[in-house]
Amino acid sequence: MRGPRMRVIVNGQSYELDAGTLLTDAARRIGIEPDARGLAFAVDGEVIPRDEVRRRELREGQRVEIVAAIQGG
Amino acid sequence: MPAAEAGTAGGDGAFELGGRKWGSRLIVGTGGFRSIDDMERALRASATEMVTVAMRRVDPQATNSVVDVIERLGLFVLPNTAGCYTARDAVRTAQLAREAFESEWIKLEVIGDDRTLLPDAVELVTAAEQLVADGFTVLPYTTDDPVLARRLEDVGCAAVMPLGSPIGSGAGIRNPYNLRIIVENAAVPVILDAGIGTASDAALAMELGCSGVLLASAVSRAEDPERMARAMRSAVEAGWAARHAGRIPERLHAEASSPEQGLAELG
Repeated sequence: MRGPRMRVIVNGQSYELDAGTLLTDAARRIGIEPDARGLAFAVDGEVIPRDEVRRRELREGQRVEIVAAIQGG
Repeated sequence: MPAAEAGTAGGDGAFELGGRKWGSRLIVGTGGFRSIDDMERALRASATEMVTVAMRRVDPQATNSVVDVIERLGLFVLPNTAGCYTARDAVRTAQLAREAFESEWIKLEVIGDDRTLLPDAVELVTAAEQLVADGFTVLPYTTDDPVLARRLEDVGCAAVMPLGSPIGSGAGIRNPYNLRIIVENAAVPVILDAGIGTASDAALAMELGCSGVLLASAVSRAEDPERMARAMRSAVEAGWAARHAGRIPERLHAEASSPEQGLAELG
C-alpha cells in the first residue's frame, strides 16, 4: 500500500516522492550520494547546516538545491 | 629587511592573508582548463598554494572531481560566488560553500551584468558586510575604484582584490594609477584579480605594490597552460622582488653608467 505522495523540485527537476522523504533520500533518488564530501544543501533558498542535513524531511512543493565545487574562477 | 621579505621557497617571501601565512603570492583559478590533467600540471608549475572553485548544482554523472586534484596537491580551496548578481545570492552561495568545505573563506563576486562581468558596487559592499558579520574571511573582487576599495576594507574584508581589466579580457592593468592609490591607502593586502593576459601584467601588478595576483584564464586558456603557469610564478616573484629592490628613478635624459674620467686620449 502506498502512502501519500508529494512533489519536490531537486536541482530544477520535479520528482514525485513519498510524503516526508528525507533530504538525503531525495538526493539518492537522483543519483547523488549525500554523504559524499564537498556537498551542500539548500531547501527553499535556506542553506541547511551540515549536521541537520541527515534529519531534514521534505514537504510538498519544496525546492532543493544540491551543490558542489566545480572548476571556476 | 621587513619580515615580509624573508626568503621562502621560490624566493618570493611569505605574506599574511586572512590571518594565515602564505609562501606563494599567486592564487590560481581552476576555471577554463581544457582538461583536468592540464589543470593539475599547471597548478604544480605555478607553485600556488590557493586555488578558487565555483559552486554549482551537482552533476551525478561527473567523474573527475576538481576537489580530488586540489586535495592531492595539498592546496587550499577558496570557493567563489561567481555568477551571483545580488548580495542575497552571494551570501547564500558563500554559506553553501562553508557547509561544503567547512571553511569560512570566500572569494566574493557580485557582478552587475554578464557582458562586462564588472562588480556591482552596491551589492558587493552589502554582501561583504553581511558575510564579515557572519564570520567569513571575505576576499572581494572589486573594481579599481580606490573609494570602493576603502569601503570594502572598512566593512572588514581581509583583502581587496581590484581588477586590472574585465574578467577573461587579458587586457592587463588599464589603470595603474588607481591601483597605486588603492595600494597606498590599504591596510589589508591588495590582490590584483582579473585581466591578466601575460607575465608582464602580473609583474607590473607586483611592481605597483600588490601583495599578490589572482588569475585564471591567462593560464588555463593559454596554448601551453603549464608553461604559462611557470611564467606567472616567475613574474609574480620578479615583480615582488623589483618592487622591494628600490628601482632607479625614471629620467628624461641619459645618465652614463661608465665613469667619465680617465678616458684615454686616442685622437
